[in-house]
Amino acid sequence: MSAIAELQNLSKAKGRKAPAKDNKAAHIFLIPWTIGLFLVTLGPMAMSLYLAFTDYNLLQSPEFTGFDNIQRMLEDQRLHNSLRVTFIYVLVGVPLQLAVALGVAILLDRGMRGLSFYRSVFYLPSMLGSSVAIAVLWKQIFGTTGLVNQMLDLVGIQGIGWISDPNTSLGSLILLNVWTFGSPMVIFLAGLRQVPAMYYEAASIDGATKWRQFRSITLPMISPIIFFNLVLQIIGAFQNFTQAFIVSNGSGGPADSTMFFTLYLYQQGFKQFDMGYASAMAWLLVLIVGTFTAVNFFVSKYWVFYDD
Amino acid sequence: MTNQTSLPQSEDLGQAGQGHVLDEEKMLEGKLPAGGTDARGRRVKGHRPKVRTPFRSIVKHALLIVAAGVMIYPLLWMVASSFRPNDLIFREAGLVISQVDWNNYPNGWDALSEPFSKYLLNSAILVLGCIVGNLVSCSMAAYAFARLEFKFKKIMFVLMLMTIMLPIHVIIVPQYVMFSQIGWVNTFWPIIVPKLLATDGFFIFLMIQFIRGIPKDMDEAARIDGAGHPRIFLQVILPLMVPALATTAIFTFIWTWSDFFTSLIYLTNPSNYTVQVALNAFIDSTGESNWGALFAMSIVTLIPVFLAFLFGQKYLVKGIATTGIK
Repeated sequence: MSAIAELQNLSKAKGRKAPAKDNKAAHIFLIPWTIGLFLVTLGPMAMSLYLAFTDYNLLQSPEFTGFDNIQRMLEDQRLHNSLRVTFIYVLVGVPLQLAVALGVAILLDRGMRGLSFYRSVFYLPSMLGSSVAIAVLWKQIFGTTGLVNQMLDLVGIQGIGWISDPNTSLGSLILLNVWTFGSPMVIFLAGLRQVPAMYYEAASIDGATKWRQFRSITLPMISPIIFFNLVLQIIGAFQNFTQAFIVSNGSGGPADSTMFFTLYLYQQGFKQFDMGYASAMAWLLVLIVGTFTAVNFFVSKYWVFYDD
Repeated sequence: MTNQTSLPQSEDLGQAGQGHVLDEEKMLEGKLPAGGTDARGRRVKGHRPKVRTPFRSIVKHALLIVAAGVMIYPLLWMVASSFRPNDLIFREAGLVISQVDWNNYPNGWDALSEPFSKYLLNSAILVLGCIVGNLVSCSMAAYAFARLEFKFKKIMFVLMLMTIMLPIHVIIVPQYVMFSQIGWVNTFWPIIVPKLLATDGFFIFLMIQFIRGIPKDMDEAARIDGAGHPRIFLQVILPLMVPALATTAIFTFIWTWSDFFTSLIYLTNPSNYTVQVALNAFIDSTGESNWGALFAMSIVTLIPVFLAFLFGQKYLVKGIATTGIK
């Protein structure tokens, strides 16, 4: 069961008191985790919440400024643009990636020859994908003289500078995200394997077409997996940084077209050392990701089916 | 293949005659009678009836091979380009190297203030530290969550699951402030120490899932023999959870090696650069005119990940399928 299903179940099942008996041993085993939780996670979160209401440049001590940072965020056009860029990336990139992942997973259904070979080839990019080298590669192949344009040249099409054109730069990053469809695909493959074959059997006796079977059996049966992938990929996509950074040399260009929210946050925090503003931005990100996840969980009641 | 279904006989036979199923499929289906039917002639769960003519199968494989080619082509092209002289790289879209230039690798290797081996070493130290940290701390936490009953377990468990989904950006600023105040910026500690403190909830969750699959009789027997929890953990559970530990080690390897964001923030001194930051510095210093060397060093940074992928694939697939981490 996935982490997300686990969370859903926890909210459902209540009561059942734990017969607290291993307290001492548990505390010892949880020493590193507990220290980490307070020192590396919760403590910094609290501090970040405080910093969000301050002006802080790391050299002088933080100065409390109330809602100034929030006011500033409301007026900051570049921030609005970075949100727009990030939303487009998430709302277009994630569904595309998941659609490809599901499509290929269905093609790779069980018992087919060469399954593990195909799976490796499709999975590899998602393992390499987050590294700088791949972003470097992407930047070059979608450049003016890059591989893509050379290919287009062969069929007589005059290509453009995909990365240097603000209209297409974000698109090429979305494509990079689609290219890394391997890990959701592996999850889909595992999910498809769980669908009882007798359902398809019964459906084909009733004369259901393949498409009908897909819609009425496969989709509902793997809806928890789709939901899981959706939640995870959305959270991940909101945090994309490396690719935008490398492709634009850290500038978010051209014309801020690849200025992802996290990249803007990095610039504010670690280039301008405007730590207060960066903290406020970080909380906005948490709020947005949290809202997306919550809405996802809420909407899931209407389309995710659990067998049990 | 007996009395059932409206499936045309010939296609059904085609399915049965297909024979070659791969490892996992064999495990899943090998036990089943031919054709995947049980004694009463019904289809057995886990074996989907397939309407597949040879023609369909050929089309499917053709489609998949083309897709696989498209997926992998950019990588192969980068490898080929790393052996090409600069003026040819963006004129040759194919994989045939018409003129081999071996100099890209030595040029790239020494292009920055330190030789690339220094950055590889830095990355290796970091990776090793993070692997040890994750293995020790996450396995301890996982044991507690999976096998012990204690106060506030549920709320702690929920907190742990939440950390998996928490954007790192909300803690990176205060963490940076904290680590810079104790003088840890430009050391590896800000990256390794959190791993020693089990902050990677993914791996705790992965290990919990794994431990839950180990029969409880094992540790109960040990307990009857008088073993305490430390002993049960070390001598019963840990040896049995080696696959989960391997998965953790491999994922930690790949993620830490590929990490750019945190090393960009903490490691600003060139002698501390990891390979990822070095590659970024390479772009800045050469203004990207030296593509051959840039590609060559890109390949150098990808090789360890590729090898980890190659040898750890079994674990990666399992890990990803059970927890959905990526």
